[in-house]
Amino acid sequence: MKAICFYFQIHQPFRLKRYRFFDIGNDHYYYDDFANDDIITRIAERSYIPAAQSLLKMIEDTKGAFKCALSITGTALEQFEQYVPEFIDILKKLAATGCVEFLAETYAHSLASLSDPEEFANQVKAHDNKIKELFGQSPKVLRNTELIYCDDLAPQILEMGYKGVITEGAKHILGWKSPNYVYSAASAPKLKILLKNDKFSGDISDRFSNTSWDEYPLTADKYMSWIASTPEDQQIINLFMNLEVFGDFQPRETGIFQFLEALPRFAAEKGIEFWTPSTAVSKLKAVDSLPVLHPISWADEARDTSAWLGNKLQNEAFNKLYSVSERVRLCEDRRLKQDWNYLQAADHFFYMSTKNMHDGSVHSQFSPYDTPFDAFTNYMNVLADFIVRVEEQYPMSIDNEELSSLLTTIRNQEREIETLNREAESMRKNIEHFNEEHLLREKEAEKSAAPKAKKTAPKAKKASAPKKASAKKSSEVKAAE
Amino acid sequence: MKALMFGWEFPPHILGGLGTASYGLTKGMWECGDMDITFVIPKPHGDEERHFANIIGMSQVPVCWRDVNREYVQERIGNVMDPDFYFRLRDHIYADFNYMRTNDLGCIEFSGRYPDNLVEEINNYSICAGVIARTIDYDVIHSHDWLTYPAGIHAKQVSGKPLVIHVHATEFDRSRGKPNPTVFGIEKDGMNNADHIITVSNLTRDTVINNYGIDPAKVTTVHNAVTPLTPEQLNVPHHKSKDKVVTFLGRITMQKGPEYFVEAAYKVLKNNPNVRFVMAGSGDMMNKMILLAAERGISDRFHFPGFQRGSQVYEMLKASDVYVMPSVSEPFGISPLEAMQMGVPSIISKQSGCAEILTNVIKTDYWDIDAMADAINSIVTYPAMYTQLKEDGLNEVNQITWDKAGKKVIDIYNKVLGR
Repeated sequence: MKAICFYFQIHQPFRLKRYRFFDIGNDHYYYDDFANDDIITRIAERSYIPAAQSLLKMIEDTKGAFKCALSITGTALEQFEQYVPEFIDILKKLAATGCVEFLAETYAHSLASLSDPEEFANQVKAHDNKIKELFGQSPKVLRNTELIYCDDLAPQILEMGYKGVITEGAKHILGWKSPNYVYSAASAPKLKILLKNDKFSGDISDRFSNTSWDEYPLTADKYMSWIASTPEDQQIINLFMNLEVFGDFQPRETGIFQFLEALPRFAAEKGIEFWTPSTAVSKLKAVDSLPVLHPISWADEARDTSAWLGNKLQNEAFNKLYSVSERVRLCEDRRLKQDWNYLQAADHFFYMSTKNMHDGSVHSQFSPYDTPFDAFTNYMNVLADFIVRVEEQYPMSIDNEELSSLLTTIRNQEREIETLNREAESMRKNIEHFNEEHLLREKEAEKSAAPKAKKTAPKAKKASAPKKASAKKSSEVKAAE
Repeated sequence: MKALMFGWEFPPHILGGLGTASYGLTKGMWECGDMDITFVIPKPHGDEERHFANIIGMSQVPVCWRDVNREYVQERIGNVMDPDFYFRLRDHIYADFNYMRTNDLGCIEFSGRYPDNLVEEINNYSICAGVIARTIDYDVIHSHDWLTYPAGIHAKQVSGKPLVIHVHATEFDRSRGKPNPTVFGIEKDGMNNADHIITVSNLTRDTVINNYGIDPAKVTTVHNAVTPLTPEQLNVPHHKSKDKVVTFLGRITMQKGPEYFVEAAYKVLKNNPNVRFVMAGSGDMMNKMILLAAERGISDRFHFPGFQRGSQVYEMLKASDVYVMPSVSEPFGISPLEAMQMGVPSIISKQSGCAEILTNVIKTDYWDIDAMADAINSIVTYPAMYTQLKEDGLNEVNQITWDKAGKKVIDIYNKVLGR
């Protein structure tokens, strides 16, 4: 009994426009709308839409035997809503089949997990809400940005309510171990870990159309026989890749879609099932615990975080960004919060990499900038403006703790004012009620005796007194602020 | 292998990058071993480094026979030439040049600079070259820049040895596309007569191919390199400034694009007043630049210290936080490499040849003053940018050594010699 666990990643960042330092303080819009629209529309046409349609077809053809997982970042979803809404409809169809699981991840595709647990939790939660709102699912398995994972993260992930986490089957972590088992986190034994099978994933994502590869051409038959010939007790083959592999990294003319669509038939012949990650973590027991002391990821040769935090530029930008995170959380401004999300995308740091050789070419292939120095300068200029805006919200002379307590006081007072207002309101009603009754009585009295009417005037004056008192109170509160 | 090289400048008495490059290349070739190089310059001062090349001064080459004794020659020119060699040269005078103005030793005087009668001096240089070409033994002739092309052609005609010419710059670079016909003619003649042409960058190679109509197969790029700095140069006194210092260092001429530096400075200063700009050097556009800075109202932050010589250059670099070379057309541009050696982050124009081999610098179009201002601001504002460029730049520039360039030139010699 073997199973394949497919997971496809969809992410697009909000790319920044060319932002000069003299724009700092003058221009608060940071995004290259044209490039973002252009790129996501092109990739959706070439890859996302046909690939998703293939998945839909596979599910229908196999009557639900084919299952897979998707992980879509919040920033990508926002861009789809804005530029390619038809893709959201296809995703909804996929969700409706019940064969597609949506994974949890950071909303902004951020590196928050490496420095800011609170921000990380907030983003995962925001992403869960977005998924729930669009597709009606509550994610059970977490996929952190770029499969970043280490022991320090496990307890938090478990506490956030996830049963499993997806990460890279990095060679330096596994050693002689196989990625084809479920493991448990060393620092949180209840959390299960699914590891990417690098070889089998790479066969599709990197080597499929490589004519100098000795296994070229790769057929679904051959591929499934490889998977079937893995040792009997290795039960789960995790194939994790970007959805762009289908149609973009491997263009349509390489036959990648036919390959994908043929997989379920040959899997069925060999008795291989398709599972979603949550099925895998609930059905299989962990064979061992897997310690991961330093963060791993699926990027670059080193499979660590050096793709984003490998040089001084990246670290400086990263630290500057997260230096204001606490302050941003205290702010209420919605546009500021949105920019905060977009600026956290790991991509911005990816563009600043100064690696060369093979890794370097991957970095520059995705980068909208000519050089890492351009990427850094542009990002830092935007960040400088962003920080100015954060500082404008509340004076920087007050430290975060003090500000937080002041904000609490203000909020408490707001609440108090509200209750007082409510009280005043009910008083006013009482008075009106009283006046009405009084009027009625007066009318009755008038009817009985006309000269008594003079007494009503001073009473009405007294009734308006409480109103003034409440107004005074609220102005006092304002002064306290 | 024996090479006869014709050059115009040689350190320590240099006026531009030509001397530095000639020196570095010659030394780099010598380091490759098995090279016997004779380097000819117009006027030696006697303090040149001579251990890796035999230096001959044209101002000591007799073109008219004078009856002088050995003691007299020793006394007159003993500091720059061996008297025996003088007599050997005297034996090879090939025509009567008594109509020319010669001195007591029968030699023509050279300024060794770029005087107004430059074309005449080039011609004299070629006359003297004929004597040398007949006197010594060599396998290949190598001419550095257009000033020495006629000499190289002359030597080739005398000896039949292959001629390699080294294009450090073309007239198109110096004149921003409006070449002087005389200079163009000399250059074109040199290129036509050369067996192989070496250019200092692909940019120059394209100019040679497209503007001079030369067969691409005959033109090879050998990028320049840098000589490692000596401890004295590295340890020059450090003048710490409270403000960040952005430096332009070079001839203030049209080719170097000084006006773009002023405009970028104006943009930076509008937003970031704590920066000082320095335009070191001299040239025909200096007064215009002083006026422009005044017009922009930035004279209080924009300084003109004038021409820098010797260790002043390194002191200037050491005090700088950013080095900018906005050249409109720069065949190679060795100065940003020197700045990088001093650990100064550099911004260079994409129109300079050194941009082809450098990665840890910021490259902008020379006319894109917005990008230039942005890059300057980024380096002075973000410490990570500064240190990243400084450290990686230093590592990078230390790999660019003359022996590698020298090896390539020797390969070209072997090719023209059919070895």
